Amino acid sequence: MEKYILLCLVLLAAPLFPGIILKTKAFFAGKKGPPLLIKYYTLAKLLRKCSVYSTSTTFVFRLGPTVGFGSALLVLSFFPFGGVEPLFSFHGDVIALFYILGTGRFFTVVAALDTASPFEGMGAAREVFFSTIAELTIFTVLILFCRINGSLSFSEYFLGDNPVSLVDPSGALLVLVIVSMFMVMLTECSRVPVDDPATHLELTMIHEVMILDHSGPDLALIELASFYKLFFYSAFIVHLIYPFSAGAGLLNGIIFTTLMVLIYGAIGVVESITARFRMNLVPQFVLTSFALVFFAAILTMGVFQ
Amino acid sequence: MDNLLRIKNGVAVLRSSIPRVDYGDFFRTLSEFVKNDGFIVQFFAYEENGQYRLVAVVRNHDLYVLQTEVGTIFKSFTGAVSEKFHMFEREIAEQYGLKPDGHPWLKMVRYHENYSGEKDVFANDYSKEIPGNYPYFAIGGESIHEVGVGPVHAGIIEPGHFRFQCAGEEVLHLEIQLGYQHRGIEKMMPKLPQKRYPIVAESIAGDTAVGHNLCLCQGIEALAGLGVDKKASIVRCIALELERIANHVGDLGALSGDVAFNPPAAYLGRIRGEFLNLLQVLCGNRFGKGLLRPGGVAHLMGEEQCLLIKEKIAEIRPEIEHVCDLLFTAHTVLARFENTGTVAYQTAKDLGLVGYAGRACGLAYDVRVAFPSECYRELGTNRNRVINGDVNSRATVRREEIMHSLTLIDTLVKMYEQDGDIPTAVRAGEHRLAPDAFVVTVNEGWRGEVSHCILTDSAGKIVRYKIKDPSFHNWTGLAMSLRNQEISDFPLCNKSFNLSYCGFDL
Repeated sequence: MEKYILLCLVLLAAPLFPGIILKTKAFFAGKKGPPLLIKYYTLAKLLRKCSVYSTSTTFVFRLGPTVGFGSALLVLSFFPFGGVEPLFSFHGDVIALFYILGTGRFFTVVAALDTASPFEGMGAAREVFFSTIAELTIFTVLILFCRINGSLSFSEYFLGDNPVSLVDPSGALLVLVIVSMFMVMLTECSRVPVDDPATHLELTMIHEVMILDHSGPDLALIELASFYKLFFYSAFIVHLIYPFSAGAGLLNGIIFTTLMVLIYGAIGVVESITARFRMNLVPQFVLTSFALVFFAAILTMGVFQ
Repeated sequence: MDNLLRIKNGVAVLRSSIPRVDYGDFFRTLSEFVKNDGFIVQFFAYEENGQYRLVAVVRNHDLYVLQTEVGTIFKSFTGAVSEKFHMFEREIAEQYGLKPDGHPWLKMVRYHENYSGEKDVFANDYSKEIPGNYPYFAIGGESIHEVGVGPVHAGIIEPGHFRFQCAGEEVLHLEIQLGYQHRGIEKMMPKLPQKRYPIVAESIAGDTAVGHNLCLCQGIEALAGLGVDKKASIVRCIALELERIANHVGDLGALSGDVAFNPPAAYLGRIRGEFLNLLQVLCGNRFGKGLLRPGGVAHLMGEEQCLLIKEKIAEIRPEIEHVCDLLFTAHTVLARFENTGTVAYQTAKDLGLVGYAGRACGLAYDVRVAFPSECYRELGTNRNRVINGDVNSRATVRREEIMHSLTLIDTLVKMYEQDGDIPTAVRAGEHRLAPDAFVVTVNEGWRGEVSHCILTDSAGKIVRYKIKDPSFHNWTGLAMSLRNQEISDFPLCNKSFNLSYCGFDL
């Protein structure tokens, strides 16, 4: 029962956290900023509208948002938030899940290409290029975890007999993983310094430009999917920072929420103190995250023992 | 050289005193002049007694004028002599149906019917509303793709079409097509009552209201023989400098916003408002409208206004310094600004860039120094240190100009407070203009050289009113800055130039 309630809570709370990023950025800019619940208002606004479809698009275009949303939803149901058993779990689910996220992206990309707009084609090319490199990092992390923990499932990583944790003998390696997962999160969730979610300049966009033609409930689904995705990556990092023991209930919930707020706050700080990278430097940024985890992976090979 | 008549900024001359040479001499003289570090201020056609005349106002360290008579076809300067002529010749072709023979890229400028009723040079059908009946420069090849942006844009900007020829992310060529805001100002001016001139001039480009109006007022004053009181002249300079600061501050903020560096964007956005408010202190509205009128200004400063301006400047100055430090010391910002959108010195010189875009490339030309009008002769000058021609240089030049203008305003307010009676305010009215006269006025608007040129007939009626916004020179500079750049850097380059659409479209 607990896991159903928790998943519902997560799904409902995910749009709250991006508000923290906006508040942090507003603080640095000396502004009041939008209300914390702004994303709920946005979603409510979008859901009240109807979607407009260009006559040059096909069913592929309409499929994009739904598949993207579905994939993000599915990933959340496999994740043990705050040490609570996830809804589903099987051996090897991490690999499946990252590819499910990939499927979501694939459909977003084909929906963008379906519009035949030159902007959206450019955005799609960029998105695919950068996330291909980010995949390197993600799968190196999985290899590393497999070596530490011996399993390939989220619940095994964080709830099993031998959880991946900072206090573990090999915990020092996780510092590298945390840093690189943070970089991957910025890339995958189109945050500064890789992408600028607030820009109106189509030519500089990566993710945003692909969804320019979506509107109304379709756009709401896309927004929601991006909140879930960001929530998933943040939760992943939170679990690396703090090992949640099963059964601590409320305390776990409080620690989890606090750490999540800190992660979102950190994104806000990063977005306030750095400018965007020039597009051709983004691959180097993503590859840096790969170099970090690859180094960590080498250290587990026992070469230096 | 010998053919050219030397003139002064804002001083009327008789039209009969302007040498009228045959086209061969005209071509030779101008070619020689432009090849020897000469630049074009105005180059336009007008019609009188069924004859077409071309007038060229050129500059090196002085202003010169020359005119000639042509038929409906004349030999183009663009291909044979210098690129500086290319936009002017296209404009002549469009306005009067005179064909510059041998122009390498003869295309309409603003898409409107010509004034003279000659056969259209571009074979356009103007009953169709959307410009588009012309070829874009295209590049062939399998991996080349074309990106068209505009004329309707995502941000709150004016309409303009940008056509990029790209290989992947790299821009090989950018072609800019404007004209979507053509209002026919030049054609309208001679038909208007004089009272409306300042109001129209203020609306040529909303962000250069003071700059354009100043040119108009000086032109009318020269033709009507009106003098301007020293104190009124000081108010004009203060207004021009406030306009410059407000725009530069706003653009530095926008540049910061374009690279997603939010804090300076927010602070500078607020500071821009402070300067617009100072303009309101000066004239009752935030955009400097309704202030300058031929013969003086409509509002003079009292003690209270002087005090408000002085106090505000003293208060904001350190704030601007701090925010600029924040912006220009952030290494992620510099990584975006430096070596982006570079226009080489030679290219800038070949195209004749003006204003901060030119100064950032090492062309030191500043009208306030070269052809000072109003009080500028008595004021200090400014030197720019960073002149590499990239976004960083353009941003730094503007930062330096903000600081310079703040000092100028301080000096001007002090000058204003010295002894002397405050003159009466002036209202727009009808003035008798000198017959058969010609005047050209040049001023340094915030974007660069703004110039108006007025020709009167034997009854003192205006026969031709020619307007040139600095954007007319600089749009080509923007196109050149994009060569071999990443297409994702276009918004940044564009903002660093921040050219006027409506000032170009007229």
